[in-house]
Amino acid sequence: MARSKTDLADAPTVIELRGVNKWFGQFQVLTDINLQVKQSEKIVVCGPSGSGKSTLIRCINRLEEHQAGDLVVHGITLTNDVKNVEAIRREVGMVFQSFNLFPHLTILENLTLAPIWVKKMPKKDAEEIAMNLLTRVRIPEQALKYPGQLSGGQQQRVAIARALCMRPKIMLFDEPTSALDPEMVKEVLDVMIELAGEGMTMLVVTHEMGFARAVADRVIFMDRGEIVEQNEPETFFANPQNDRTKLFLSQILH
Amino acid sequence: MTDLAQSGDAPRPKMSPPADQTGIVGWLKRNLFSSWGNSLTTIVLIACVVWIIDWFIDWGLVNATFVAANGPECGKNAGACWALIGEKYRYIFFGSFPYEQHWRPLFACIAMLAMLLASADRRMWNWRLLVIWSVGSFVTFLLMFGELRFPLTIFLIVGLVVGGVGMGLRAGIASPREMLTYRVLAIVGGVGLAGRIAGVIPAWGLEINAFSYVETGLWGGLPVTMILATYGLVFAFPYGILLALGRRSNLPLIKGLCVGFIELIRGVPLISLLIMASVMLPLFLPTGSNIDKFLRALVAVIFFAGAYIAEIIRGGLQSLPKGQFEAADAMGLNYVQSTTLIVLPQALRVVIPPLINTFIGFFKDTSLVLIIGIFDFLNTANQALVDPNWAGFPGEVYLFAAAIYFIFCYSMSRYSKYLEIELNKGTRR
Repeated sequence: MARSKTDLADAPTVIELRGVNKWFGQFQVLTDINLQVKQSEKIVVCGPSGSGKSTLIRCINRLEEHQAGDLVVHGITLTNDVKNVEAIRREVGMVFQSFNLFPHLTILENLTLAPIWVKKMPKKDAEEIAMNLLTRVRIPEQALKYPGQLSGGQQQRVAIARALCMRPKIMLFDEPTSALDPEMVKEVLDVMIELAGEGMTMLVVTHEMGFARAVADRVIFMDRGEIVEQNEPETFFANPQNDRTKLFLSQILH
Repeated sequence: MTDLAQSGDAPRPKMSPPADQTGIVGWLKRNLFSSWGNSLTTIVLIACVVWIIDWFIDWGLVNATFVAANGPECGKNAGACWALIGEKYRYIFFGSFPYEQHWRPLFACIAMLAMLLASADRRMWNWRLLVIWSVGSFVTFLLMFGELRFPLTIFLIVGLVVGGVGMGLRAGIASPREMLTYRVLAIVGGVGLAGRIAGVIPAWGLEINAFSYVETGLWGGLPVTMILATYGLVFAFPYGILLALGRRSNLPLIKGLCVGFIELIRGVPLISLLIMASVMLPLFLPTGSNIDKFLRALVAVIFFAGAYIAEIIRGGLQSLPKGQFEAADAMGLNYVQSTTLIVLPQALRVVIPPLINTFIGFFKDTSLVLIIGIFDFLNTANQALVDPNWAGFPGEVYLFAAAIYFIFCYSMSRYSKYLEIELNKGTRR
């Protein structure tokens, strides 16, 4: 788990949120979120349940719609224009807590679907890329099975490979290990650490503080829809400033 | 710790289950004679079944009359009068279709059966299906009508639709030559259609006169049941899918229209729809225009079945976890792609049993077309009883009709079972 922190000083900004607000009905889930993500930066977002961390990263690829403020991803400003949304989704891969593999398709078909239909890639090329990625996540032998035949950890690694198949510039992870049996967490985290090492821009919502320490350039703590505190992981864990952060850390670090 | 390790090194030998729990004896003991009450029930039920079978063999075979000149002669024996079926089966199967031409509806039924059997095979679920149904339908209707006329307008519409849909769906995937074909089809179809409407191009039609013309008023029996059920459901199915998707639409107008249509159609009995189609519709149409009664009945069946199928499919759509839609969205698939590639394949699998249930129901419900004067299989069977020479044997005719219906419905039921297993291969946990 040796890591070389990337020098982010003069890296270009790939995600920018300016004064982003969102409500579910009358309830405000995101309050004045300002955030800049540099290329190759790894950000871990943590916070108590219901703090808006999932909503935040789901706004970035428009699974949730923000109602005020500006959100620029990879130079494209998010608007209601379907073309804009689809353009952003081609650049942003997402991994879900519940894997969300398509159960009626084989593993290989799960991987090649988007390249073939969205990028209009020839089937043969798409399958070649898919097999390479499956090898990288160490399950090429499962290619012709169906998701239901795989363990949770294997399914989540397939889900990561599926997102990577589109050659995204940014990867979003929404609690990728929370639905896994404990003994399978490591195999998924290992894949994510590898990915981080290759310079992928990553936004990860997780409670795996070991992962945050090892990989993150920045840890963001959210509570009640606000970014309460953010810092480099060493400082964040050793010397939290805000009381809410201290309370949260005392509850999850035993 | 050491204990664990030891038991891990040498697993305990596995035992076989107790002898009286296995084999036929074990099965009988557990399932039929597990207690006094259970044993008594078993014996009584077996006795009942034996008694019914014995009676049926006596009535239907031993004492039955298979050859007789008329009804009274048939009545001399105590048993069934199967001679009546022998006398009337051609009317029951083919109704008022000209007698010497009965081979035509016979082959039409065979063509439809072949078409249905061929499309039951999952390996045919691609472009082959289109070929099978085009050829099968052409043969069926040519045999039934005797002659067919395809107006130029139909070809132009098909050209426009195929060209347009092809250009839309295959953009970027198809070879340049395929795209060119679509473009040419669309342009020829569009320009031709405009010409037809403007009156520049004369009304022309491709005529195929193979046999003598038989109008739909003379059709009857099994081909009518099969045509109404098959084509009613084939058109109702995609229509129901569109209604179900429309009902879940975010656009209030589309949603409202679909909800309104579904609730309106489900809120009235099929009979009233059929009467509407047969009696009221002509009142609204301009005088002189005449839509075939059979076609009107078919449209009523399509509307009715479509509304029911829509609600079943909506159930399937709702059973899909939200994550499936989100994953499809996050990958950048558009609405049509995520619906056809992700949502429908899963939703339809879930609803196979209720869907086939509806299909079976509609196969039998087509008999209601009697009230607008169309004679389907059950109604021709009923009509066969009217002959005064053969009065007094309704049971035999109805039993015969029931047997034919059962063959069709049970086949559908078995197919549903097969399809469920086939489609869930490998995906079950």
